[in-house]
Amino acid sequence: MTDVIDTLVGIAPGSKLDAIRANRSEARKHAQASYTSLFEPRDPGSVTADERHAIAAFVAGLHGEPKTDAFYAAKLPAGLSAAVAAEVAAAKSKGPYGRFPKGPLSAEDAPGPTWKVSDAGRKALGSRLPAAFEHTHMLVFHPRDAAAPALQALLNAGWSTTDIVTISQLVAFLSYQIRVVSGLSTLASSL
Amino acid sequence: MTEKTLTPPPHTEPVVFTRDMLDWLPWIEPMAEQDMTERHFTSLVDASRVKSPYFRLLARDPDVLEARTRTDKDIFYNPEAGLPRAERELAAAATSRLNGCIYCASVHARFAATYSKRVDDVQRLLDEGVGAKLDERWDAIVAASVALTALPITFGPQHIERLRAVGLDDAAIADLIGAASFFNWANRLMLSLGEPATQG
Repeated sequence: MTDVIDTLVGIAPGSKLDAIRANRSEARKHAQASYTSLFEPRDPGSVTADERHAIAAFVAGLHGEPKTDAFYAAKLPAGLSAAVAAEVAAAKSKGPYGRFPKGPLSAEDAPGPTWKVSDAGRKALGSRLPAAFEHTHMLVFHPRDAAAPALQALLNAGWSTTDIVTISQLVAFLSYQIRVVSGLSTLASSL
Repeated sequence: MTEKTLTPPPHTEPVVFTRDMLDWLPWIEPMAEQDMTERHFTSLVDASRVKSPYFRLLARDPDVLEARTRTDKDIFYNPEAGLPRAERELAAAATSRLNGCIYCASVHARFAATYSKRVDDVQRLLDEGVGAKLDERWDAIVAASVALTALPITFGPQHIERLRAVGLDDAAIADLIGAASFFNWANRLMLSLGEPATQG
């Protein structure tokens, strides 16, 4: 079984980074198991493979880490590639921004926009994905702005409570995987 | 039928970063214990987590929860070599401080303070934020966590050099990358599926 992080970083068996990752063999194995359970699930429930890959390509596009971006873009259903690329271009931002609970931390507030899918994107992405993309943008760039109404918007778009858990894990896991790939690539180039 | 989000019971929202124990109240319905199968229970890894609404909510997708938890435990609890555990927790606390996860920061600031015995420095990170001056080594760890958390990601060779200069070897740097990256996973779940509440 190919390890996605090893593949994307270019960690060869027997290399120094291979040995370092082997010291955290459970983390290595279960980071890969997280990937498998999100993208090759035993029980996909009601989140389809195309939906999972569309959200993943959007997350990777927003991060702009070249190797993960190319990896997830390649898994997109052909019909969605142009639409996802257009939304990524329109949605890309800097983070993390957002407001804190009212009080002493308000001095640190960095308010920013709540992003919306374009009309063209709405047509191309179908009934449920636009709400998922809008939620994803918040999770990626301004997670501290999260609030219950954001989850109600997902429920209203036709996602179930369990779907929301899966989608949230997918975006959150990728936020981890992409940073590991970025960080280990930097480390690899300085060994 | 469209489901509805939950309205948390009356509670006091924490408005500062703290090392106090906090509660966490979900915005969508966790699994009820009586509806959980063997697979759901196994996915909790620690049986006592059945009392946690956070873990019973994540148990709705048990395979991902179990893999998440086993990744987490190895990154933070594996005692072999690499970055001292106090400093893995420091990276987790710094990441949580920057993303704004008051709940996550409370847990990992407590761990960082316990393992390092540097309670005042940990509290200064919570009070002043990721720009707080701690010492050369901790500042390098916090700065690297910040660079990995920021978007676009700004982590680069200069961070590796700075970490090496304060004594981190390659295994320790890899641990730091794992710890800060993992909290970009954990913060997003905690922040977006419910809210913290003060206890008592």
